[in-house]
Amino acid sequence: MQKKEVVAMLLAGGQGSRLGILTKKLAKPAVPFGGKYRIIDFTLSNCSNSGIESVGVLTQYQPLTLNSYIGIGSAWDLDRNTGGVSVLPPYVRDQGAEWYKGTANAVYQNMDFIAQHDPEYVLILSGDHIYKMDYSKMISYHKGKGAAVTIAVIPVPWEETHRFGVMKTDDDGRIIEFQEKPKIAKSNLASMGVYVFNWKELQLYLEADEADPNSSNDFGKNVIPAMLQGGEPMYAYAFREYWKDVGTIDSLWEANMDLIAKQPELRLNDSKWKIFSLNQTLPPQLVGPGADLQSTLLGDGCLILGKVHHSVIFTGTRIEEGAEVVDSVVMPGVHVGKGAVVHKAIIGENTIVEAGARIGVPAKPGEQVEISNESGITVIEDNVTVRSSMRIVRGTVLSVAAWPEFPEERIS
Amino acid sequence: MRNLLGIIDLAEPTEGLGGLADHRTLGAVPFGGRYRLIDFTLSNMVNARIRNVGILLNDRFGPLLDHIKDGKEWDLNRQRDGMFLLPAPSRTDSGEGISSNLSNLRHNRAYLEKSRQEYAVFSGCGVITNIDYRDALAYHLEKQADITVIYNQTNNLADNPSYTAVVMGDDGRVVDIALNPQQCISQKVFLNMLILRKGLLIDLVDHYSARQKRDLFTEAIMPRLSELRIYGYEHTGYVGAINSLRSYYQHSMDLLRPDVWQELFFRYGHINTKVKHEAPVRYLDGCRVSNSLIATGCTIEGTVENSILFRGVEVGPGVMIKDSIVMQKAKLGSGVTLKNVILDKDVTISAGKTLTGDPSFPIVISKLATV
Repeated sequence: MQKKEVVAMLLAGGQGSRLGILTKKLAKPAVPFGGKYRIIDFTLSNCSNSGIESVGVLTQYQPLTLNSYIGIGSAWDLDRNTGGVSVLPPYVRDQGAEWYKGTANAVYQNMDFIAQHDPEYVLILSGDHIYKMDYSKMISYHKGKGAAVTIAVIPVPWEETHRFGVMKTDDDGRIIEFQEKPKIAKSNLASMGVYVFNWKELQLYLEADEADPNSSNDFGKNVIPAMLQGGEPMYAYAFREYWKDVGTIDSLWEANMDLIAKQPELRLNDSKWKIFSLNQTLPPQLVGPGADLQSTLLGDGCLILGKVHHSVIFTGTRIEEGAEVVDSVVMPGVHVGKGAVVHKAIIGENTIVEAGARIGVPAKPGEQVEISNESGITVIEDNVTVRSSMRIVRGTVLSVAAWPEFPEERIS
Repeated sequence: MRNLLGIIDLAEPTEGLGGLADHRTLGAVPFGGRYRLIDFTLSNMVNARIRNVGILLNDRFGPLLDHIKDGKEWDLNRQRDGMFLLPAPSRTDSGEGISSNLSNLRHNRAYLEKSRQEYAVFSGCGVITNIDYRDALAYHLEKQADITVIYNQTNNLADNPSYTAVVMGDDGRVVDIALNPQQCISQKVFLNMLILRKGLLIDLVDHYSARQKRDLFTEAIMPRLSELRIYGYEHTGYVGAINSLRSYYQHSMDLLRPDVWQELFFRYGHINTKVKHEAPVRYLDGCRVSNSLIATGCTIEGTVENSILFRGVEVGPGVMIKDSIVMQKAKLGSGVTLKNVILDKDVTISAGKTLTGDPSFPIVISKLATV
């Protein structure tokens, strides 16, 4: 196979359990985002726009949606004669078969794939972040520093450092200390989960990591600390633009809302850095005579006859007359019936909200409800019907599994 | 429909469309926010599972090639069959500059010969509709017809400056065909779509092109009306014949009716087009948008009423667009007011300008112009 300077390995096998019912049937990178995209579009588009032509997508949890979505990678211009995109699930080999045990093990199990391309550098990426980044600049930085590994970092608020791996660096950007999810952080430079490794060093450390029975085979927990201990030259690459981990209901909702700011930090409409996605060609959206749209992002194929304020509405959604959708994220193919109300909610794909149904309403005084989301975001599963008689209290996370026990007092 | 070959004719007249067809063949005229006219014919064919489509290229086809590329968006980039571009001869036998569909078919006779399909649907691309050709072929076979012409029953012939009327007997057989008759003889209007055996098509092409005839329908089929078994197949539903600026504007505005939008874009399948990867539409605070069709990549802060915006149009605060069609990437200065206007692609309107046309005669600003 033709030699490639860089091979990207995109970790897309995570369950994303903190997204709850939104990832019951699909992996986190396949969750719809931003009115027409799926989360993985951002990373795949970054690869394509950065000139990276060989990308391995490592899948494990609920891969079907992701597999058919990625296809042969044409949407991202990654259908190449050599390289291109390859979907890499775990497979059986002569020593037997095992699932990916951790991020590092997932790459370890695919070292043969990397070796096929005989690269100089391996770029490790996560499929669950929203950002636009030119990886080629980071690779030049890596080369310039003569690093064994370069880790992309972003300053985060000090009170959030406990959620990240944080780096302490010297004046030259060399990493001198690394703390994984520290209680007391020495730096607020958080790892973005974007690494450039020299392929030779990566091989050595992955093999050593695999040989260690006590390792949890994770880049952040094991491989990076081992390399630091081994005295390898490790550098931090500071990224100052928009970057968001959308691993929770709150952050998914917030990142969608970030897009409807008057001057969004992340510009989707950038002809120099397009975000590609697999399109099912739908007609332009039709905004009816009585529609009322304000501060909203709206995808193709929508029919809007009602009121939509401060929301992100995905492709192929219908919002009927008299319906009101506010502060919400409405995923593809949803139907909101006449007079229905949707406040601060995330509605899963192809769900039907029948006429008159009310979602995200305040609890009545003294009403006993099980609130799952402290920020008051109501979440409705995909492919369900919210009947017109239903009144769903703010902060409820509603899945069809809970439907039979859905308490009568919440149905008005 | 493995047994059906699709042939798209681009040789229809475009004079009525004025500036919109100056630089492009009819099939490449932009329509409905993100499409070009050929998208409807191509998609209808593909939705009927036709997997071999030949496109008879005439003149001004540059923008069309840029649009259809290798046919990938219609799933027609195939190892076997797929999309074939059939260029006209550079010089016709009669020495005329622009070729006709008969000379073009003759020029590409080898393609017809080697296509494996037994039947062919031959269609222009000036009619926008969502049609199921499988049903039309079933009718053709059931009637054991030589040729089936597809028509639509209409009540408003008065709106049509040019049309072909079809008169049928009780059994569905066509007994008379007339071009632009002065007196109304039938309300059945031919949609410039017909089905016939490929072998018969080749015979007609051989015979009539050798006799210097130019047009397949009027010069090779109409004269054979009495000897061939020609049947009429009625296509019911929304039909828009685009043959004048007025009809272009009218059928564009019809898209603002949810029933038309739904039928035309979803009935027997989606209408595919070139994908541009534009972002979803941004509606900012203070915008006023009603009764409009908006394509992706637009950002709206001003007023848009009863209008169609193509991809990537920015409507700043104070801009007012009413009863207008604004094509791709128009640049509208602050305070611009448009009413009954059609802006072609990449037009610039400087700040403060007001352009007003008439509903029956919209103003057209041609491609790349600056006002």
